[in-house]
Amino acid sequence: MSEQNVQSPLPGVFYYRPAPDKPPFVEVGSVVTADQAVGLVEVMKQFAEVKAGFDGTITAILVEDNGIVGPGDTLMTIETGA
Amino acid sequence: MRKLLIANRGEIAVRIIRAARELGISTVAVYSESDEGALHVRLADESVLIGPPAAARSYLDMDKIITAALDLGVDAIHPGYGFLSERAEFADKVVEAKLTFVGPTADSIRLMGDKARARSAAEAAGVPTVPGSDGPVDDLAGALAAAETAGFPALVKAAAGGGGRGIRIVQNAEELKEAIPVAQAEAQAAFGNGQVYVERFVPQARHIEVQVFGDGKRFIHLGERECSMQRRRQKVIEEAGAPGLPAKIREEMTAAAVALAAATEYRGAGTVEFLYDSAREEFYFIEMNTRIQVEHPVTEMVTGTDLVREQLLVASGESLSWTQEDIDFRGHAIEVRLNAENPVFGFMPSPGTLKSMTMPGGPFVRIDSGFGPGKEVSPFYDSLFAKIIVWGETRDIAIARMDRALSEVEVEGVVTTADFLRKVVGLAEFRKGEYHTTFLEDWMAAEPMAVSGSSS
Repeated sequence: MSEQNVQSPLPGVFYYRPAPDKPPFVEVGSVVTADQAVGLVEVMKQFAEVKAGFDGTITAILVEDNGIVGPGDTLMTIETGA
Repeated sequence: MRKLLIANRGEIAVRIIRAARELGISTVAVYSESDEGALHVRLADESVLIGPPAAARSYLDMDKIITAALDLGVDAIHPGYGFLSERAEFADKVVEAKLTFVGPTADSIRLMGDKARARSAAEAAGVPTVPGSDGPVDDLAGALAAAETAGFPALVKAAAGGGGRGIRIVQNAEELKEAIPVAQAEAQAAFGNGQVYVERFVPQARHIEVQVFGDGKRFIHLGERECSMQRRRQKVIEEAGAPGLPAKIREEMTAAAVALAAATEYRGAGTVEFLYDSAREEFYFIEMNTRIQVEHPVTEMVTGTDLVREQLLVASGESLSWTQEDIDFRGHAIEVRLNAENPVFGFMPSPGTLKSMTMPGGPFVRIDSGFGPGKEVSPFYDSLFAKIIVWGETRDIAIARMDRALSEVEVEGVVTTADFLRKVVGLAEFRKGEYHTTFLEDWMAAEPMAVSGSSS
């Protein structure tokens, strides 16, 4: 078991949901695969999906929805399998 | 008008401040927390912080902006382009606050903001529209009937859409049947209005638009602009005038644009956009933009006019400064939109701090930018970094000048599209004026190395 950080690839605004009226990509406790989208970063009116990067379970979401993030900021943590 | 608040940022805020200062009007800039050191803030006589970086909480916050205007005793608000410029509700609120809105009436904005109503207004003014549904269609039967007129391929568009959103192309009746319910659901979700319309799709269409100006009583045009060089439906290069456009078509198109302005008793600067089918030599109304446009400088360069100054004068209640006969066209102008994006990585936005910024100079080269050395290119707003505008006695001279100007661009701290633009300006198709709205993306798809490799 180890904990991995999901980092923002870009500076911008972090969104939990693909669209305001859609459910969030993930919540604490969600089981994700490495290539699964876990959030969106908006930079200069363009949207980039943030991938989990690891197979595992989301243990914490560290940035608020619509929060401002910098490149390399840890957005969430994932506990990877045994 | 003695004091003007500019409800915008970046190069257009700078542009408006300059015009106001030349008229002796004092200026108030508004800014978000991330724009504290921005050029428009430094150039304005006064400035006021209106909120956090996210536009929804600053540049789009109508009440904060109007409160700031009232607190500082301004008498007019210029919305620029984008942000609140085409929100009828904002124009209403400005007027309710007993301030002058620099732009058309809220009713004009409302009319032109609704594609179906705008189309009806154009038809009523005798302006050709794209063959297709006469107004929005509510069901499949209506869509199929519209497709009879339009022919295939046809476009299905959201009535409330814009900027290329909510548009799909269908090749035949089968595809149309599948597309209609999906398009309606999408339009409802995206725009809160499920109405769509169906119209002819013109392959290799050109986007040509006409600059109009009115004071509510008199209406003129200031010629056309060619805006077909586009990527993801965003304009990349704009020209005044349109290369190879037959004189007869130009005359009809400009007359149609003036007729629409007159029919709606338009006030201020506006742009009537047309789709031009060069194979059929026919043009069709697309929409009217009720604001100053990004590419207005090319019109200024060939007509020797100051469109933002004129916006301020007309908003102050003065009559239009020009008659149609006063407008002479001389030479050719080209604008490129230099963006803070990295073409090597799929045009990924490239925010950052500008360590250095050297822009081109020399004869007939104009730079409109909201940035300068040491300034911050923020991740929160669009990627337009600078507009480079050149004029030449002929189109060939203007092209050579643009190539030369782009060769002088030196920016450290963010990546720009300068090399990419230089390649596009150098393309044989551009030089011959033989391009259309999907040309650039087709070329990019065919020549990926040319797009991503560095020049020289």
